[in-house]
Amino acid sequence: MPVVLGLILFVFGPMIVSLYMSLTEYTILQPPQFIGIRNYVDMFSRPTLRVLQSLGVTLIYAAAAVPLTLVAALAAALLLNQKLPGMRVFRTILYIPTVVPLVATVFVWGWLLHPQLGLINATLEAIGLPPGTWLAEPETALPTLIALSLWSIGPTMVIFLAGLQSVPESLYDAGKIDGASHPQLFWYITLPQISPTIFFVMITGLIGTFQYFIPAFILTKGGPLYATYFYNLNLYEKAFRWQFMGLASAMAWLMFAIILALTLILFRTSDAWVYYEVKR
Amino acid sequence: MTTLHEPLSNSAHASAALYARHRQRNRILHALLVYGVLTLVSLIFLLPLAWMIVTALKTPQEAILFPPTIIPRQIAWENFAKAWTFPGMQFTRWTINTLVISGTVLIGVLLTSSLVAYGFARIRFPGREFWFIATIASIMLPPQVTLIPLYILFYRIGWLNTLNPLIIPAWFGGGALNIFLLRQFFLQIPTELEEAAYIDGANRFQIWWRIFLPLSVPALLTVAIFTFQSTWNDFYGPLIFLTGKENYTLALGINLFAGTTGTEIQYMMAISFLMTIPMVVVFFVAQRYFIGGIVLTGVNR
Repeated sequence: MPVVLGLILFVFGPMIVSLYMSLTEYTILQPPQFIGIRNYVDMFSRPTLRVLQSLGVTLIYAAAAVPLTLVAALAAALLLNQKLPGMRVFRTILYIPTVVPLVATVFVWGWLLHPQLGLINATLEAIGLPPGTWLAEPETALPTLIALSLWSIGPTMVIFLAGLQSVPESLYDAGKIDGASHPQLFWYITLPQISPTIFFVMITGLIGTFQYFIPAFILTKGGPLYATYFYNLNLYEKAFRWQFMGLASAMAWLMFAIILALTLILFRTSDAWVYYEVKR
Repeated sequence: MTTLHEPLSNSAHASAALYARHRQRNRILHALLVYGVLTLVSLIFLLPLAWMIVTALKTPQEAILFPPTIIPRQIAWENFAKAWTFPGMQFTRWTINTLVISGTVLIGVLLTSSLVAYGFARIRFPGREFWFIATIASIMLPPQVTLIPLYILFYRIGWLNTLNPLIIPAWFGGGALNIFLLRQFFLQIPTELEEAAYIDGANRFQIWWRIFLPLSVPALLTVAIFTFQSTWNDFYGPLIFLTGKENYTLALGINLFAGTTGTEIQYMMAISFLMTIPMVVVFFVAQRYFIGGIVLTGVNR
């Protein structure tokens, strides 16, 4: 299958080139200069590059938004999993925000959260609460973006719904006979049964955080005061605004290493809390 | 999980009839609670799209009123036309570009990812397991790792500011996740069919084209929908590879529009809504495949 090899070449070839480039100083206009691991040293030792700062922003976002969306998506899935009429309509409604192109969504958010003219502050004022500064102040910008992540729970919710529906009914019947309460049924049957799904959602969520770009690029431009300077935005600027191709390659590899490390940690701990059927 | 009835012991002394009525009442209360919460959440989730439409229909004066009006006093339908033909903007051109990219990427992904998936599912070749695992592992690889060398490659061969960098890679395998999804589907197709075709003298390509593709229409549709959605909405790729305004996609065009002086919010919202319509239409026509596709990618792990 030549196509298979073509695909692999498209990934592996550039990977090796990228690894080499991360050891060079390269601005496209001049040929790459080999400088050893200096890019990697610079990333950690030169605060003006803001590598660690943007890494911090990204990790804070991941630590808050991944669990937040996970819990919200699971809660929504539990609500929708009830045997009541009309649940499909609600499922569609909760999914819709992820159908709207993110570029368009971002502008609506900016408009809704406009400090002077936005609907959200108007509503707050109407019910006698102080208006928020949202994306306009460094202290509130990142928490606002974290809260906005709640609107994109649609796909995660659908995954959880499928997970919930695959839990055998007989387990609940057995639990009820043993006199388990509803919280007990959830804690001892539902959660272990869907733990592989939780694990999957955590890993994909984590990887997704490192791709976070559009809201930071368009809406906040990394600010105010670099409060929303995400790693991927930093990498983009280093590579395509300043043409630091070597440094940007090193940043990409650091990103890969961190994703791998976090995934490995999750995998290691997964033995303790992820329940797999015997057939696996 | 259907009811939240009180522990049995509380009502054990009550008569059976009373208990049944009690349960009935609790069940209705429970349903009302669920509907109440879901309605509230739904309103919050519909807010951005609703506000986009409401603002798109307001006159310039009304759009920036504070506090804002919930229902436009005067419907300004002309906003859509005015925004579309705004001086300096080329929304028709950008729509065509976006359609060209989405269309060719779609065909490329469907053909090549199904071909590769067929290879992984049916053809024995040395190192197949290794290459398959390598393909799956590449899902973990951040695109930024390969992006920079590819950018330099496209720069060298003069492809920057053309649509090629956004189209051609899709013709080489079409994405690891798609390959994985289609392979899982192909594995379920019984081998008897292709053995019969073999005896009739069909070759591998004919089997792929005549047997596997027609039998996997649901899986192919799922791949098609997600591919179309992600290319239509893609911002990062066009931002990096397209520099000339005439080559922009809709996503880039909207961003340019937002940064242009004289762009008023009702025009922004009108254009945003126009870009959203195809996605909403696709979603409602093919909702089954959306949901099914997400379930497939999530559960197969």
